[in-house]
Amino acid sequence: MDTVSGLTDDLTITAEGETLTQQHTVDEIRTVWVGPENIVSTLLHYKTLSSKPFEFLFDLCGVDERSRAGKLISLTADFTIVYTLLSFERNQFLRIKVGLTGNYPSVPSISGLWPNANWYEREIYDMFGIVFSGHPNLRRILMPLTWEGHPLRKEHPARATEMGQFKLWDEKEDREQEALQFKPEDWGLKRKSDDADFMFLNLGPQHPGTHGVLRIILQLDGEDIVDAVPDIGFHHRGAEKMGERQSWHTYIPYTDRIDYLGGVMNNLAYLLAVEKLANITVPDRVKTMRVMLCEFFRIASHLVWYGTFAQDLGQLSPVFYMFTDREKIFDVVEAITGGRMHPNWFRIGGVSQDLPQGWDKLVSDFIAYFPKRLREYHQMVMRNSIFKARTVGIGIYTVQEAIDWGVTGPGLRACGFGWDFRKKQPYSGYENFDFDIPVAQNGDCYDRAVVRVEEMWQSLRIIEQCLKNMPAGDYKADHPLTTPPIKKHTMEDIETLITHFLNVSWGPVIPAGEAMSCIEATKGANAYYLISDGNTSPYRVRVRTPSFPHMQMLPYISKGYTVADLLSILGSMDYVLADIDR
Amino acid sequence: MSTTIYYILMIAILLFVLTTIAAWLIWLERRVLALWQDRYGPNRAGPFGLFIVVADTIKLFFKEDWIPPFADKFIFVIAPAIVAAAVLMSFVVVPFAPGIVVADLNIGLLFFLAMSSLGVYSIVLGGWASNNKYSLLGALRGASQMISYEVFMGLSLMGVVMLSGSFRLTDIVLAQQDYWFIVTQPVGFVIFLIAGVAETHRLPFDIPEAESELVAGFHSEYSGMKFGMFFIGEYLGVILISSMVVTLFFGGWLGPSFLPGVVWFFLKTFVFILFFILLRASLPRPRYDQLMEYGWKVLLPLALLNLLITGAVVLVMKE
Repeated sequence: MDTVSGLTDDLTITAEGETLTQQHTVDEIRTVWVGPENIVSTLLHYKTLSSKPFEFLFDLCGVDERSRAGKLISLTADFTIVYTLLSFERNQFLRIKVGLTGNYPSVPSISGLWPNANWYEREIYDMFGIVFSGHPNLRRILMPLTWEGHPLRKEHPARATEMGQFKLWDEKEDREQEALQFKPEDWGLKRKSDDADFMFLNLGPQHPGTHGVLRIILQLDGEDIVDAVPDIGFHHRGAEKMGERQSWHTYIPYTDRIDYLGGVMNNLAYLLAVEKLANITVPDRVKTMRVMLCEFFRIASHLVWYGTFAQDLGQLSPVFYMFTDREKIFDVVEAITGGRMHPNWFRIGGVSQDLPQGWDKLVSDFIAYFPKRLREYHQMVMRNSIFKARTVGIGIYTVQEAIDWGVTGPGLRACGFGWDFRKKQPYSGYENFDFDIPVAQNGDCYDRAVVRVEEMWQSLRIIEQCLKNMPAGDYKADHPLTTPPIKKHTMEDIETLITHFLNVSWGPVIPAGEAMSCIEATKGANAYYLISDGNTSPYRVRVRTPSFPHMQMLPYISKGYTVADLLSILGSMDYVLADIDR
Repeated sequence: MSTTIYYILMIAILLFVLTTIAAWLIWLERRVLALWQDRYGPNRAGPFGLFIVVADTIKLFFKEDWIPPFADKFIFVIAPAIVAAAVLMSFVVVPFAPGIVVADLNIGLLFFLAMSSLGVYSIVLGGWASNNKYSLLGALRGASQMISYEVFMGLSLMGVVMLSGSFRLTDIVLAQQDYWFIVTQPVGFVIFLIAGVAETHRLPFDIPEAESELVAGFHSEYSGMKFGMFFIGEYLGVILISSMVVTLFFGGWLGPSFLPGVVWFFLKTFVFILFFILLRASLPRPRYDQLMEYGWKVLLPLALLNLLITGAVVLVMKE
């Protein structure tokens, strides 16, 4: 149970000298409560602290608190807005909560403080109906414009079967059609400037260069991009809402499909948070197995990016070679997990099965095979002069801009800032591995590619260390909440039998509390912020994905370039639509 | 009278042979690309998948002949015909072997240049008539690419003309009996080849199509046989440029006498066709302004320099 903590230090005292209420959470992230009227000034205070400021808006999400069991009486609110900040110098997260009362409350917008707050606030408006006063463009972002209701509110049904039969009567059809009309003014675009009439090009949602159902509205002067407005939400499947109706255990396969190239790495981000809530410490063997599989998926994901990036620039062959190698990775993954892209293999407190016999042979074969191929690709793609001409100096941003826009992962490291959660906040035993964080300096498309290519080498090193040092031991933690539960004692006493029966049928009951975990996923920082109210399913699942803020930055970094360059920028960004829309 | 029949017959045969080769080229390209890309390619219909071309042709013929309601109908229909016609017209002057040439014009080379530039009309008109923004962008790119590459495509060939003293392609081939012009005109050869790739819109110079950027560029709206015409036109263009390279720089039909001239000609042409396919398998696509810059700032001065030096050498040799 979360409690109010009495500890005070520089983080709990505002600029005005006021002491903020503190909440203690199981993930040990400092959490303070602020009144809605003070939120802008408080965040500004944290952003501009004279020493070690919290300059990075890591996440911004809402919670519908109205039906939460056992919430803190003193902090009762109908809705909570949760701002998660990160300080690089302190290597510390800070969670700031604003409690709001009323059915459709309002809170001041902070889009003036951080540019990436813009989309986050639109998402909260879309999902909860909370209004951000002073927001420049508060309209739906993930749901269709004509959607009725706000999905993440508790009264909104979670299944289509609860919503009644679908009927498209004439007026509704007209309304839907009307909403599809393109009016540049709705997107904040001008039809002409003093000296030019602009052309609007609708790139997507079906376009070979967008890697999925992404729509980008381009305002063009000739082929030069005046402005670009991404329209997202076509891939929105309500992963966060689904979390609220699945059991803690049966939500795992849904996570696989969020960054669908990252496979089990998504499981890890989710399970680390669950295990924090359940207070499970997993055995070393589990940690190492997880790390090994994650790094395999990092390579697989980067290979897809590598090949499709080259293909976006017109190089047709590399993608075939790289998919062949990806198949080799999937052969290993399949032998170990039984699945390929979405193995759904990690479990609460462990993994699904122990490693199969002969796994070491498969892994060592891959380690022996892959370096030669990587070197060949380097020759074929990275050293190609046309490839360089298309990527060097394109889509540049600086470290400061990256921080302002919430960029994480290779995109951040490509501007010279070597921030990697595997090193800075090691999880799952990454502290025991010897690997480097590749960094590049210029922050352009080419450097983002350089970083990713080098990361594949580092992943290979990590896999090799896993192979050589795989600890012996169990593949599941000996903990009552491990799912599926360990069956050893079930036939011996009735208590364990009942617990086993309930944990298998209902799923585990995770103790009430809040926890966030953050991992270095293939595309950047992936975090799960879970709230449990002591039930068989989460009360709230917040998925912070890296691609969402990255895509938000697109207009900023593509202005002034040409349509052809836009494809370089998109390719170098390495996003996945499911990772943007969830 | 008999010469008329002879010519009509030759035109008919040539037309048949060329379109057949162009069609099989589609198969060849898909198979060879597949080979280089570690995959199978079409291998189901007939031996080695050879009949895929027949299947494709039947499919294209039976597709609905759809014209978008927003298109300019008349221009939309004639645009694909222009490209095929223009390329086929160029073949009129190509000497495949002694005596096998439809019209041995004394301005053969100029005729070729004129006809191949006409091809761009089909791109511009097709892109314009489609009334689609992607097509329009493709058409504009095509036009600007053609303007910049036409200039030194012609200039790069003037060295050959100086050396042989004629615009007639038969004379140019015969002038290579001692040595092929690739020996004295390597720069001209390279420039012509690059310009030729640009002329046929093949990767790395396929920017009017640029599928990852412009969907399918100028022919986004085309389907059925009208698309087929663009398609076959592209492959005819590949054959044309390859055979021109052979004629101008690699001695045309000339070769050791154990094989007939026409066989030598096709063998040499085939090598360059493979080169075109290999290019597609290996290179990325530059941005159109980079392409333009490369053309005007590198290739054009180089072509002029080549012309100057060749001219000087020819003058000195005469004295």
